[in-house]
Amino acid sequence: MLLEAQKIRADFPILKRQIGGKPLVYLDNAASSQKPQSVLLTMNAFYQVSYANIHRGVYTIAEEATELYEKARETVANFLNTKTHREIIFTRGTTEAINLVRFSWGRKNVQSGDEILLTEMEHHSNLVPWQLLAQEKGAKLKFIPFDSQGKLVLDQLDSLLTDKTKLVAMNFVSNTFGTINPVEKVIAKAHAKGIPVLLDAAQAVPHLTVDVQKLDCDFLAFSSHKMLGPTGIGVLYAKEKILEAMDPFLGGGEMIKEVHWDHSTWNDLPGKFEAGTQSIAEAVGLKAAIDYLKTIGLEKIHDHEQALARYTMEQFSEMKELTFYGPPPKDRCGLVAFNLQGIHPHDVAAVLDRSGICVRAGHHCTQPLHRKLGLEASVRASYYLYNTKEEVDLLIDALKETTRFFKK
Amino acid sequence: MDTLYREEILEHYKYPRNKGTLEKPDITYKDFNPLCGDECQIDLHVKDNRVDEVKFMAKGCAISQAATSMLTEMIEGKSLEEIKQLSKKDILDVLGIELGPVRLKCALLCLKVLKGGIYGIKEWPT
Ligand SMILES: Cc1ncc(COP(=O)(O)O)c(C=O)c1O
Repeated sequence: MLLEAQKIRADFPILKRQIGGKPLVYLDNAASSQKPQSVLLTMNAFYQVSYANIHRGVYTIAEEATELYEKARETVANFLNTKTHREIIFTRGTTEAINLVRFSWGRKNVQSGDEILLTEMEHHSNLVPWQLLAQEKGAKLKFIPFDSQGKLVLDQLDSLLTDKTKLVAMNFVSNTFGTINPVEKVIAKAHAKGIPVLLDAAQAVPHLTVDVQKLDCDFLAFSSHKMLGPTGIGVLYAKEKILEAMDPFLGGGEMIKEVHWDHSTWNDLPGKFEAGTQSIAEAVGLKAAIDYLKTIGLEKIHDHEQALARYTMEQFSEMKELTFYGPPPKDRCGLVAFNLQGIHPHDVAAVLDRSGICVRAGHHCTQPLHRKLGLEASVRASYYLYNTKEEVDLLIDALKETTRFFKK
Repeated sequence: MDTLYREEILEHYKYPRNKGTLEKPDITYKDFNPLCGDECQIDLHVKDNRVDEVKFMAKGCAISQAATSMLTEMIEGKSLEEIKQLSKKDILDVLGIELGPVRLKCALLCLKVLKGGIYGIKEWPT
């Protein structure tokens, strides 16, 4: 079922833009999403009416700003169905959230000889932090493999989860295959052995209903900019008990309770992990983005994107010079990675740009995944609620044109 | 499209000059463009301080392949001192197109590799 795209499109000012006389066709939503008017106006109004630093001043606008910032936290908490809003830590994004866990939890809980279990389809931001921790501690990384459809192979999971496994860190939705991974199964198996699970939900929270209590994940990270919100803010969710036991991340203002010359005590949650002046207007913008997503409904958004992915894959199957990757439409979110035979992804993307079409070309921060497929790079079209079937048709036409141009 | 891919660029892309490796290169150097994962290796035989023979291996888009192919043609017989003087402009001039900041790196990786190999220069050519 497709959404009423024209009505939605009217809410996004940038979609009126033309590129070289052609309408902008924005198909790079997995990299970052565009912003609705409501987010832009809300942030603007915040700066014009209530802006001040938070948690400090006792004057009116400082109190208003604090209230709006904390309201944003509550909105995120409700959106994810957390037990309490103290489990929501604002970070700069997914990458920072994962690194926070690496430093504040990992350093304390991972020792020499221990293992961290990842999957073969992690984004670099859920791989490199663990490589760094493993190097520091003398720990070892292990990987759940994927199959030819870009789905995780869980047959060996029991033997991959050992007495030494201290953490499972995995993506919820793959940014390259689009696969919606069976995270519940992995969480259940890991928890049966007392192992906590971190979900990189950067590609999940913008497109699926995510309920952290139902999932029972221990950590979950995502970025605002991929879900209609501003850059510079993201979220780490973690269970309260775990956060309480973790060491602070950055030291500085706001994260302390009492400071002496030689030692300090830590603020209560969530302040303990939010040192320094935060991205205040960005939090307010994120709230507006969530409000917008809720008025449309995540289920409807997911159906819409999946329908576009299905249509794309149908069209792709008829193009013999095109190879695409990942699972059948029913197992994925709205993105499709592909290659045109004999044409480098950069050239594909550069030619598509001539038609105003924005796609990603490169390794999408999943170099080991591409290497396993024997590829250097791929092209990726990724959809969101404002994309239309007509835009997919424009993509298909432009791809056919690209093949003709390079084959002539 | 022809402002992006001139005929000559496509020609070098399809039929690259000096592609391959050298048996016992005097200089061999490889580098990457971390942005897109492109890679480029250049092998040189040097005689009397001049480039006697050059071969390259590169993975990347048409712009990067063509630029590398054109660069190898350009430097055959040139002295190492002359190569040190080559700049971004020399590459853009032979390509004959304008490039934005991202694709500029596709075009300049070859020169970066060349100067990295001969002089250990690590910066992007300017
Ligand atoms: C699956 C996944 N994880 C992590 C990230 C990193 O997000 P950010 O750059 O916002 O920290 C991304 C986005 O590129 C992603 O797709």
